[in-house]
Amino acid sequence: MRASRLAKLVAGSAVAGLMALVGWAAHAQTKPKVSFVYVGPIGDHGWSYQHHQGLQALKAEFGDKIDTNYVENVPEGPDAERVIDQLAASGSSIIFTTSFGFMNPTIKVAARYANVKFEHATGFKQAPNVATYNARFYEGRHVIGLIAGKMTKTNTVGYIASFPIPEVVMGINSAYLAAKSVNPNIKFKIVWVSTWFDPGKETDAAKALVDQGADILMQHTDSPAAMKFAEEKGIYAFGQASDMASFGPNAQLTSIVDNWRPYYIRRVKALLEGTWQTSDTWDGIKQGTVSLAPWSRKLPADVVKLAETARDGIAAGTLHPFTGPINKQDGSPWLKEGEKASDKDLLSMNFYVAGIEGALPK
Amino acid sequence: MLRLEPRREPSRIMFYVTPFLAIGLTLVAGIVLFAALDKPPLPAMRLIFIEPLTSLRGVAELLVKGTPLILIAIGLAISFRGGVWNIGAEGQFAIGALAGGTVALAFYPTTGWWLLPLMSLAGMAGGAAWAAIPALLRTRFNANEILVSLMLVYVAVLLLSSLVHGALRDPDGLNFPESRLFQTSLPILIEGTRAHVGFLVGLVAVLLSWILLERHVLGFKIKVLGQAPRAARYGGFSEKGLIWFCFLVSGGCAGLAGLFEAAGPVGQLVPALPSGYGFTAIVVAFLGRLNPLGVLLAGLLLALTSIGGETAQIAMSLPSATTAVFQGMLLFFLLAADVLVNYRPRWIAQRSAAADPLARSEAPVGTMQRLPIP
Repeated sequence: MRASRLAKLVAGSAVAGLMALVGWAAHAQTKPKVSFVYVGPIGDHGWSYQHHQGLQALKAEFGDKIDTNYVENVPEGPDAERVIDQLAASGSSIIFTTSFGFMNPTIKVAARYANVKFEHATGFKQAPNVATYNARFYEGRHVIGLIAGKMTKTNTVGYIASFPIPEVVMGINSAYLAAKSVNPNIKFKIVWVSTWFDPGKETDAAKALVDQGADILMQHTDSPAAMKFAEEKGIYAFGQASDMASFGPNAQLTSIVDNWRPYYIRRVKALLEGTWQTSDTWDGIKQGTVSLAPWSRKLPADVVKLAETARDGIAAGTLHPFTGPINKQDGSPWLKEGEKASDKDLLSMNFYVAGIEGALPK
Repeated sequence: MLRLEPRREPSRIMFYVTPFLAIGLTLVAGIVLFAALDKPPLPAMRLIFIEPLTSLRGVAELLVKGTPLILIAIGLAISFRGGVWNIGAEGQFAIGALAGGTVALAFYPTTGWWLLPLMSLAGMAGGAAWAAIPALLRTRFNANEILVSLMLVYVAVLLLSSLVHGALRDPDGLNFPESRLFQTSLPILIEGTRAHVGFLVGLVAVLLSWILLERHVLGFKIKVLGQAPRAARYGGFSEKGLIWFCFLVSGGCAGLAGLFEAAGPVGQLVPALPSGYGFTAIVVAFLGRLNPLGVLLAGLLLALTSIGGETAQIAMSLPSATTAVFQGMLLFFLLAADVLVNYRPRWIAQRSAAADPLARSEAPVGTMQRLPIP
């Protein structure tokens, strides 16, 4: 009968599929598994993309010695804990959770899986099996601030900001101080979009900033939307997290490029060798975690020289982007002449420096 | 050209068959989709629909994910039965969480047996209050409640976000936009998992709404209002009163769901708390045929596709859009099947709109209005 033959076929293929799955699962059990949780899509060409590049680097470095998997587009809400828990329950040895909003879910899951290692990017809570890591993006912001101060004709820089957390605020302050140091008339216009990745909102923000007179765009969001907009408008922009030159070949002056590969390789190597320990890592230009994309050909030689001197000074430790005297926006003193900001101050920064207009969103 | 003509007597059997038909078609389309993605389709299906049910952890997560969907969809089912199109459950969810969470934070660090009930009441009241805005505008000015309630979602989400960035921010949290962790949380149903008592409340809501809709005169009035508003008026039912009731109940349910999410699995207020439950619940309500028991099953099914979608994503490196595509296909096939149950496609050689007043191109709106009545 036709029906029973069909049923047999279906059952047969289901069994075959099941066996394939079991075989696959057994195969997966034998090696340490490295898992990643991304807040955006791996194709965002920004933040998550770079973490995914880190995963690819792990594959290239360790080859058959590890298994890898990842979950993308995980919202920083109720679903995050389940995703992390599921990775831990399904045999991951180490889980990298790569956005700030994954902090409490990571800590909660880590408490349930003492044998699994966790690494949380940009957070501040550690545990015996939870390490944290971040990059000194403000060092890159100092360099692009210098370039912006030199290259703007309207003396107005447009800044697309995400959330008023210390990381973002210190980026704005760093870029502003640097721009101000080479161009006393500089003004920063800042739009807060309350998202890490939303090309529509980012484009709207870019439009609003250009309408307010900005002729150079900076962003602390993850999509290349603003870069594309700058290209259309014929103005300049700086890429974020990845080299975005392909989206704005004429617009991009440079990009702050995150390079997580060395860190990930170091940590997974420690895991394989059994020497993994919790830690709190904050690397920057010196270690290569923060780097700058190739300079645009539109940059005059003196600006390139200025930027390279600053970059090399930061790498050598002779230049700190936050060196006094610096006052807060309300006029109260923050850093004395020659004083350098402590990491603690930077990591809890919740104020604009003097000269920036507007209020931080509260 | 192809025309849709209303059927005089839509089949009642088909009305209950179409959800299963839609599920079946989704499975078939899913198999084709996975094959096109070069992933083995049957193992993928197994990962999505069966794997989560094979462990206690999976079942518990199903309850966690299903609870807000069921709670919200129950309220929406009552509302939609009355022809009151509250599309803004997502916003009511956010305000419920905000109101209930604020109560917890106001008493911080004091806690006691009374705190959770108080938070729940505040959550319900918050959601209901947010739903009262479209109710007022509809009954007072005849404003379109679909637009008003939908737009208020964005207001609510931004309000939650701005308070979490400001007044409700964790003072020890280095300025990060999150509230403190609450001093209390919902009791856990199954030890070692995240399943919480909210699911039991969801079951109670299913029971109460069944009694309301099937055994109570108020439910009868709501159904008459939805099916034949003029008959309801002739019958002397207060249309405004019923609209208010529908909004307050659906808003209250969504608000409670929001509070449960904040005080349960999340444990604090975060800007990303409203992550789409209020919209997915609309799918749940329709898939469940606006019937409380149907909503319960549909809520669990959609929760299953979400969790299974994640499982498949992790195990087979499927793109995260898979889950959304699955849920979208489910709704698409359901609505498509409904159109064909209610309308007969007919090939008409010549266009003559005036000759046949029934055959004007009103099909999509018509289906929406005709849909929710068994």
